[in-house]
Amino acid sequence: MNPLLVVENVHVHRPGAEVLRGVNLTIYPAEVHVLLGLNGSGKSSLAYTLMGCAGYRPAQGRILFDGEDITDLPVPERARRGITLAWQEPARFEGLRTGDYIALGMREPTLARVEEALRAVALASAAYLGRPVDQTLSGGERKRIELAAVYAMRPRLAILDEPDSGIDVLGVEEITGLIRQMAAEGTAVLLITHRDEMADAADRASLMCGGTVVKTGSPDEVRAYFAQRCRPHEETLGAQPWEPVNGDVYKEVVTRGVCE
Amino acid sequence: MKAHTLPLSPASLLTRRDPAWARDFETILKAYEAAGGKPSALQSDRIASAVISANRVLMVNEIPGVHIEAEETPTGIRAHIRVDPGTRVEYPVHLCFGMIPQEGIQEIVPTFEIGEGAEVGFLAHCTFPNAMNLQHIMDATVRIGPGATMRYTEAHYHGPYGGIQVLPTSHVVVGEGGRFENEFNLTHGRVGRMEIRMEVDVAARGVAELTVKAYGIGEDSIRAEETVRLIGPDARGLTKTRIAVRDRAVGEVYTTMEGNAPGARGHMDCTEIVRGEAVARNTPIVIVRHDQARVTHEAAIGSVSRKELETLMARGLSEEEAVDIIIRGMLA
Repeated sequence: MNPLLVVENVHVHRPGAEVLRGVNLTIYPAEVHVLLGLNGSGKSSLAYTLMGCAGYRPAQGRILFDGEDITDLPVPERARRGITLAWQEPARFEGLRTGDYIALGMREPTLARVEEALRAVALASAAYLGRPVDQTLSGGERKRIELAAVYAMRPRLAILDEPDSGIDVLGVEEITGLIRQMAAEGTAVLLITHRDEMADAADRASLMCGGTVVKTGSPDEVRAYFAQRCRPHEETLGAQPWEPVNGDVYKEVVTRGVCE
Repeated sequence: MKAHTLPLSPASLLTRRDPAWARDFETILKAYEAAGGKPSALQSDRIASAVISANRVLMVNEIPGVHIEAEETPTGIRAHIRVDPGTRVEYPVHLCFGMIPQEGIQEIVPTFEIGEGAEVGFLAHCTFPNAMNLQHIMDATVRIGPGATMRYTEAHYHGPYGGIQVLPTSHVVVGEGGRFENEFNLTHGRVGRMEIRMEVDVAARGVAELTVKAYGIGEDSIRAEETVRLIGPDARGLTKTRIAVRDRAVGEVYTTMEGNAPGARGHMDCTEIVRGEAVARNTPIVIVRHDQARVTHEAAIGSVSRKELETLMARGLSEEEAVDIIIRGMLA
């Protein structure tokens, strides 16, 4: 099977830091690929880079989507090719109704599909269709609506950045069900999370550390690796990127890589 | 004093008057519709209404408890609108102010008196579809009785040329436990030069909520000056301003909120979006004269949030489409 997305040796610099350091990643059509990593390891930076967000243009490397080099394409062009992103903390829009927001990305918007998307994230359409996507929504509600919008769009690649954060445990089960549903409808999902139990929903998994992908394999394999090698450093060093105040541990992690 | 009152029905409306009147009425109705009004509302005997074209009172329709007296002046009209105490008006009173010519002046001097315990809404459409060199001046006095509620929504349509000056001034007194909600919209067509001035005094337990929404393009100039004085215990005030400017337009918001009594609470909320070479200014003034009063303000002035833009662009919208949706949403 030809890959849908190929990321080749991508480096991205942000002011004061290199946030991606030679990322390599391959995603196949309709697969659910979970991307694990501690906070600050570069997962969200990779998501913004794949979507083409401002300030995340690679200094080196390239991104291929369905064989086409999209490294220099702007966000709308990537979206029109079938890539979309659900932000970890979605933006809010004064005066924009939920139903209209969900319909924005649909090629042929229908009320039925919008309602189906709301049902898929356990929100009653009667209560939410007309509600504005603004500050009156809780964080959990807003994240569900973001997922509904991505689902309704039927993208070829959905990048979901921490969809499980800020939503209750029951919600996590609903989210994993929705992700499997998306894959069943032909959408490849790049699921970004620091909760390794989310790997249960995946076909394959990769692990990020220090701005690069350090391992790719089966979800069980990567999950075990993550738990054994990465979690202990989180307790010692806290969230990445780490400051060089922790002496020897920091040096070891940075110079040799967390998981080596 | 000249006031026209007639029982209206769609079939008889234009035939019962002289041809000149019918032409004027038909033209202003079309302009009213362009401004977002529903002409059918002006043809219902259950809805109080008035239609003013330049300085001509084309129509007045009163209903029980709502009295509208309109007097033509050389440059406009003087109106007295009364709502009897205790009257609950089911449908908003529809007002249409407009001018069809490209040039001229229209001065509207209305007085609103809302009796104790009454509740009424007003839906005003001001339409100047051909304005090239035109002035629309309003000097309103509003007295809201104890426990009464008045909601006033005003929408403007100025056509595509921008050759208009809109200069409304309002002096409002909200009685004890009364409520005043005012919303001013100028989001379609050109603004031209607009200067809104509103002063509101709020008595004990009264509430004032003022909303201004405007979209300036080209060389448009928008200036909103609002002063809310919370003079009675537990009075409440809220100002909400939403302005978008692009090209070389200018948006200026000057809001003053005074907390002068125990338990008074006020808040000022201003968002202005700036595109191109446009300029936005916001000057909130907070005055508190009592140690148990509290006034707050928040303002966000500048470009559209990058994250909001990219969220919409990630759905396939171009940047311009995304900006338009964000601005339209803010002004909705």
